[in-house]
Amino acid sequence: MKELIQKAASLLETNVVQVVIGYGKGSADRTRAIFSTTAADCEQLIFDSRCIQNLAVYLTKAEIKKMGKPAIVAPLPVLRSILQLAAENQITDDSLVVLGVSPESELIEFESLAAIETYLATKQIAIEEKYQTTIKAIKAMPVSERFAYWVKELEPCFKCYACRAACPLCYCTRCTVENNQPQWISVASHSLGNLEWHIMRAMHLAGRCTDCEACYNACPMGIPIYLLTKSMLQDVSENFGTYGPSLHRDNTLSSFNPDDKESFIR
Amino acid sequence: MSNPNIYIPYLMRIEKITLEAPGVKTFRLKFENEQEADEFTFKAGQFGEYSIVGVGESTFCIASSPTRKGYIECTFRQTGKVTNALASAEEGDVIGFRGPYGNTFPMDEWKGKNLLFIAGGIALPPMRCVIWNALDLRENFKDITIVYGARTVADLVYKDELAEWRTRSDVRLVTTVDPGGETPDWKGEVGFVPSVLEKAAPSSENTIAIVCGPPIMIKFTFPVLEKLGFKEENIYTTLENRMKCGFGKCGRCNVGEVYVCKDGPVFSYEALKLLPAEY
Amino acid sequence: MQTENHLIRKPSLEKLFNYLIGNGKTIYAPKAKGKLVFFDNVTDFGEVTEDYIVTTNSAKSVVFPRTEKVFSYKKSKESTEIIDAADNTYPDVVLWGSRPCDAAAFIPLNNTFNEDYPDIIFNKRSQKVLVLSFSCSYSDDYCFCTSVNGGPGNTTGSDILFTRLSTGDYLAEVITEKGKLLVTENNSLFEPKPEESKEQNLALIKAYFNQEEIQTKLQNLFENPVWDEKSRACLGCGSCAYVCPVCSCFDIQDEAHGHKGTRLRCWDSCGFGLFTLHTSGHNPRETQGARWRQRILHKFLYMPNKTKVAGCVGCGRCSRSCPADINILDTVTSL
Ligand SMILES: Cc1cc2nc3c(=O)[nH]c(=O)nc-3n(C[C@H](O)[C@H](O)[C@H](O)COP(=O)(O)OP(=O)(O)OC[C@H]3O[C@@H](n4cnc5c(N)ncnc54)[C@H](O)[C@@H]3O)c2cc1C
Ligand code: SF4
Ligand code: SF4
Ligand code: SF4
Ligand code: SF4
Ligand code: FES
Repeated sequence: MKELIQKAASLLETNVVQVVIGYGKGSADRTRAIFSTTAADCEQLIFDSRCIQNLAVYLTKAEIKKMGKPAIVAPLPVLRSILQLAAENQITDDSLVVLGVSPESELIEFESLAAIETYLATKQIAIEEKYQTTIKAIKAMPVSERFAYWVKELEPCFKCYACRAACPLCYCTRCTVENNQPQWISVASHSLGNLEWHIMRAMHLAGRCTDCEACYNACPMGIPIYLLTKSMLQDVSENFGTYGPSLHRDNTLSSFNPDDKESFIR
Repeated sequence: MSNPNIYIPYLMRIEKITLEAPGVKTFRLKFENEQEADEFTFKAGQFGEYSIVGVGESTFCIASSPTRKGYIECTFRQTGKVTNALASAEEGDVIGFRGPYGNTFPMDEWKGKNLLFIAGGIALPPMRCVIWNALDLRENFKDITIVYGARTVADLVYKDELAEWRTRSDVRLVTTVDPGGETPDWKGEVGFVPSVLEKAAPSSENTIAIVCGPPIMIKFTFPVLEKLGFKEENIYTTLENRMKCGFGKCGRCNVGEVYVCKDGPVFSYEALKLLPAEY
Repeated sequence: MQTENHLIRKPSLEKLFNYLIGNGKTIYAPKAKGKLVFFDNVTDFGEVTEDYIVTTNSAKSVVFPRTEKVFSYKKSKESTEIIDAADNTYPDVVLWGSRPCDAAAFIPLNNTFNEDYPDIIFNKRSQKVLVLSFSCSYSDDYCFCTSVNGGPGNTTGSDILFTRLSTGDYLAEVITEKGKLLVTENNSLFEPKPEESKEQNLALIKAYFNQEEIQTKLQNLFENPVWDEKSRACLGCGSCAYVCPVCSCFDIQDEAHGHKGTRLRCWDSCGFGLFTLHTSGHNPRETQGARWRQRILHKFLYMPNKTKVAGCVGCGRCSRSCPADINILDTVTSL
């Protein structure tokens, strides 16, 4: 921790960066994102198991970009998001400094985004057994039962879009749900509107989602949306053989090969 | 509103459609229900929510004068979902209308005064209502001056009425287009509204100025008016904050303590200065 | 009406619940789902939990559902028919287990929906809601009702307020005629009022600030760095507004299915960037700081200036649910 604070402070003092995006004390027993602009501010930085918000979300926010070049405290899920953002040309080597934090809470300095990729190659995303079991069970349901299952699970969704807002990869300035010509997705949060919204979200994250669970953690209604994204992750892996972010590969659902087996695009 | 459910629109039949400029149309609307037509009243400055059921509602001012009974008119520019749907409606079609909403221009207080209208682009509609209202009650007012500008000659709306006003001896009309927007036979001024206004320099003595236009035009027009000696309380404008309900509930048009839909859309420059700049 | 006090024993509460169910009432009560507790439709007393400070979602949806049909229509080439949705088919609802802050929130909500243009859909729903609240015997760091003229045993907005006594039985304060009717119908369940005082059974909630003082302070704070500072982590979602029992902003949306369809009123929030965006691209509230300022000013300045009642009842829901841990109490106390 001390190492992290020192590094962050020196980056600000030497004006290599103008803001450090990190974790600090929050309400009650929570932690929250803090934005240090002076070496003294950095004393507030903390890191422990409660730091679960995915800070990479701030890298694309206009209000934060205005503050200058950032350094970001990056445990594993944040590192994965950074890599995916880089693969999508949202960030470059020069646009930020990454203060990696290992699962053992040690500071890891990265020379480049490529170094993050090398590091992450040893830390494959692993979908926990219990989720795999649930996903399998849902997939085994007859269609009508599966439909009813999702209608019921998504019923509490009131479309606050906290899941979208918390996701580092939902950075579009105009989301499909806000597009009204045509109105692809019903604005209302009734059964159909909720299904449309979540199917659309899952599809837009297919092959991009890095399994950080930020969406689920953000959802005030406790909706198990991670089942959708985790299931997508599995499907993409099974069908396209890709898994997790990479700088060397096009996005699964937005790339095309002449030898793709589907014929619709030809 | 005749229906106690405030969300329910009147049904109005489109009696006449006029193409004013590219993408700008005027609808003349008549009530489907006679009783509603009889009971309906409004004043200059008020607006309504016009809708195609199944598509949505859009906010436009009532562009016709309250002195012209039996119909209302609106002029709108095609910009999005609802305005595109409205634009594809035909004469004889039925559309929805809720209103009138909002406050009004204090025309009673303006009796015996000179009126100076300054409008830019599509913002002539809210003004047209007041202009006709004043012209129909011509004896109530002294000099009437209209300064109207648009980007190009093609963008000027109400061309027939502009021609009529130009020939009237009791109105002074100054039209202008932005530099480069003129045609070879253009006889009006060339220049932006604020500078043309400064040149035309009407007297501020016993005069009310009414300004409607895009935010940028308004921003540059107020200082010119102040330079010409207009007092804040004698300058009026309308705000166009985004709206949904029109009756102070949906929260969208809230600026400081006012709801533009209920406490506006008409504001004197004096009142406007008391509001936070969230418009 | 003068408040009447009674004692009701624990088992009788269940009988009262079953009486309401037997009478065809739709009951909304706190129900646990995983670690969270929600107001939800409940048909069995066993589903009702007592283990909650406040529910995650508020109870406002009983009068202001997240999606409300305002009318439906049928259209043909020749005619358009509008079918009013404000009929009398709204359900008889019992809100069971609301907290005093939940009940107090109906006052500002009612003010908004009745100012100048009475909203009969809201009013018809309201008339059919019976509010049976339970005092708070414990609280957490997010609660601040006592700073906004409320309290853990506040009766405002409730028809009956139950307070759990040390014996496990309840004090029942009957506040309105509606509440009294329920007592009359179930006379045998209610006993003479207990000796034990109510106050000793209530949570102790610190008064962090004085609402009127904040209101005065906010008069001149429109331009202040605090808005950007406190909202820096804000993600611009709708969570704070949607869990808030007082927030009432909405959108109006049409849905067509062939020649039929509906016009709907759907929740919306001033926290969304698109809330105030004009078609021209001009946005009067360009930044998240400006939006956070609107939230605070609307609740603590504009609303109380207009109606004397603030737009916040201090339930703390917005702070608990905020994915970025933006804390409203933290902002207000830092002014
Ligand atoms: C008081 C008032 C008077 C107006 N008078 C006129 C007029 O006379 N003629 C005219 O052409 N336009 C006028 N406007 C602007 C007009 O309301 C919008 O251009 C129009 O609503 C765009 O709707 P849309 O559905 O086609 O666009 P979309 O972009 O699809 O908009 C969707 C929604 O956003 C809202 N909205 C978007 N932009 C605006 C805006 N600038 N102001 C208010 N609401 C907006 C609409 O209510 C609509 O429901 C007025 C606005 C206000 C507030
Ligand atoms: S955060 Fe939860 S309630 Fe909000 S839109 Fe996402 S799934 Fe729905
Ligand atoms: S304060 Fe929190 S809940 Fe509210 S909009 Fe911001 S991130 Fe969402
Ligand atoms: S603003 Fe927050 S604390 Fe206040 S009533 Fe709403 S949810 Fe509760
Ligand atoms: S705080 Fe925002 S969302 Fe809530 S009622 Fe006020 S303006 Fe509407
Ligand atoms: S338009 Fe709804 S409050 Fe003004």
